[in-house]
Amino acid sequence: MFVLVVGGGKVGYYLTKELIENGHEVVLMEKDRTRAAQIVDELGSIVVAQDGCEGKYLGEAGSNRADIVAAVTGDDEDNLVICQMAKHHFDVPRTIARVNNPKNEDLFRHLGVDEIISPTRMALGSIEQDIPIHELLHLATLENDLEIIEAQLQPDSPAVGKTPSQLAIPEGCSLFAVVRDGVAISLRPDTPLREGDKVLAIGNADCEIALHDQLIGASVEDAATA
Amino acid sequence: MKVVIVGCGRVGAGLAEAFDNGGHEVVVIDLSTRAFDRLSDEFKGQAVRGDGTDEDVLRRSGAEGCDVFLALTEGDNRNVMAAQVAMEKLSVGKAMAKINDPVRAAAYADLGIATVCRTTMLTDAILGFLDLGDTGMPSVIAPVPHVHAEA
Repeated sequence: MFVLVVGGGKVGYYLTKELIENGHEVVLMEKDRTRAAQIVDELGSIVVAQDGCEGKYLGEAGSNRADIVAAVTGDDEDNLVICQMAKHHFDVPRTIARVNNPKNEDLFRHLGVDEIISPTRMALGSIEQDIPIHELLHLATLENDLEIIEAQLQPDSPAVGKTPSQLAIPEGCSLFAVVRDGVAISLRPDTPLREGDKVLAIGNADCEIALHDQLIGASVEDAATA
Repeated sequence: MKVVIVGCGRVGAGLAEAFDNGGHEVVVIDLSTRAFDRLSDEFKGQAVRGDGTDEDVLRRSGAEGCDVFLALTEGDNRNVMAAQVAMEKLSVGKAMAKINDPVRAAAYADLGIATVCRTTMLTDAILGFLDLGDTGMPSVIAPVPHVHAEA
């Protein structure tokens, strides 16, 4: 396969290197001459030291016979233009763009970019996976050691089906609101709690263990020793 | 009418003033607040510091549904992207992008973006002054109407 890579930063460099090792024909475009020369030293003369956004040079680099154009510069607007020029002006069958602002993903797809690589989205995805949803979430720290804490009620939460007055809420702590189906409602002592509710509490750090037991359930360690 | 201009350079600032004097509602966006020094003290429009290719910035600036959207920064690609965000996401009336690369200007006109190309414009002006004809390329290209064509 003939792949035209545009942008000789870290992503472009390693992408090119891997593609060559896998036996593909690759041309890399990098407009910075110093950087281009550096890559030539390491990977051989597969580099075109020109701006891939410019129609003339994109053509000269062989985009009209490329199977894939991968635009991996650090600038979203450049990657969009490279892919659009490749697709619409040079009839490249497949275009790939690196997108830094996740908000641009829809736009890029809508405008005909075939494949989106979003490092921001990938990092975001793995961070969000690492946040356990069955724990207390600290939303804000206030004066006098007070904190605003959120607990999302899982099916196995002991609080499901109970009202706040039936729970043993520690002294100095107050449940004040619940977010249900995206709507915030104030929490009265007789409001029954449901699965999926996000319960908001205010209290000092000492209340946390008791609050955890009441809203999330006793922690695994506690259960083991119980 | 409501006019949003991205890029407060000489042309952007000049047009902003002209629209403002003509009694239109004007928002001008630039990455650098220093660029706004080009606007006179009498300018009554809004000056917003921000990235004109960022949908959030454009929405905050009130670009959604504006009548005229002009992308006039120094970067061809920034202009193209800003104009496409405006057309596809913010349903603006008319969008135009300054593109100084003639190949790109023609390609984007085919994709439905009105473009103005300074390179062709200046070349033609100089050739004309010297009585040497012209490049034969249009410097302002209206798009072939497609999705945004009026019924």
